[in-house]
Amino acid sequence: MDILIPDTLSLIGVSMSDSHAVDVKKTVKVYITVFVALMALTVITVGISYFHLPIGAAIVIALIIATVKGSLVASYFMHLISEKKIIYLTLGFTAFFVLAMMFLMMTVYSTQPVIR
Amino acid sequence: MEIPYNVEARPDTGLYNAKLGIWLFLASEVMLFGALFTSYILIRVAAPEWPHGYTLLNVPMGMTNTIILIGSSVTMVMSWASLMMKNFEKFKLYYGATILLAFAFLVIKGFEYAAKFSAGHYPSTDPFFETYFTLTGLHAVHVIAGVIVNIYLWGPGSKMWKTDPERFTHRIEVAGLYWHFVDLVWIFLFPTLYLL
Repeated sequence: MDILIPDTLSLIGVSMSDSHAVDVKKTVKVYITVFVALMALTVITVGISYFHLPIGAAIVIALIIATVKGSLVASYFMHLISEKKIIYLTLGFTAFFVLAMMFLMMTVYSTQPVIR
Repeated sequence: MEIPYNVEARPDTGLYNAKLGIWLFLASEVMLFGALFTSYILIRVAAPEWPHGYTLLNVPMGMTNTIILIGSSVTMVMSWASLMMKNFEKFKLYYGATILLAFAFLVIKGFEYAAKFSAGHYPSTDPFFETYFTLTGLHAVHVIAGVIVNIYLWGPGSKMWKTDPERFTHRIEVAGLYWHFVDLVWIFLFPTLYLL
């Protein structure tokens, strides 16, 4: 995917007045490539589930594939591969608070007796 | 008085206002779904036993919906690219396809829900269906909200293209960011609920 990044960068973040049809056409090719990759990864993740792997391995593999797919969507369709600093900052704070929330809930769960 | 920075970027953020606004909204959405995913993990870990999703849910239907939603993300981004190329007709085509694909997603989801209800599976049945209906239900609400916005922008809202094409393109970009987020959430929901 590395060679596709410069094409995407050439379009994203520009206003309509300074965009060029050629750049957009190149970016469209990137979108199609990402679409094919997402389809392939969807088929792979479903295919692997039919092997009925041990649950630990199944969770790790499924989440790795989902993370790759999610990264493709965020990077190319949501243009995060070339965004302004303030958006990265916003998402950085969000990631921190989500992880902190997960950590706190897990900690409480593992240290407190469970009432059933 | 005109609202500033609808089209041009603010000097301090480098973004037009709606774009920063949608990212802040999406940040709150990450917290919402993050909390629900965490709850799912806790409920699953605490349960004495947990069924495999593929034994209770329809994997082919779930996979079809995954393909549909990813496809709708592509048509969404293509509709934005069409506006960047100043091709309004193509925009209408791709954006209309996005709306139709969203309806297809909801119809399949409806069939899935109907099959579960007829088999006696309700949110109150057990922790598995409790989390399944909560997560997919909230996601479906997001799809419906996106469809409403997209129908407006495809229909009456698209008149703005004639008067202020750059602002309209920004609106489509913002709607697209929301739509891709909805797709992204499903990309994690599908394996978590259906395949594990």
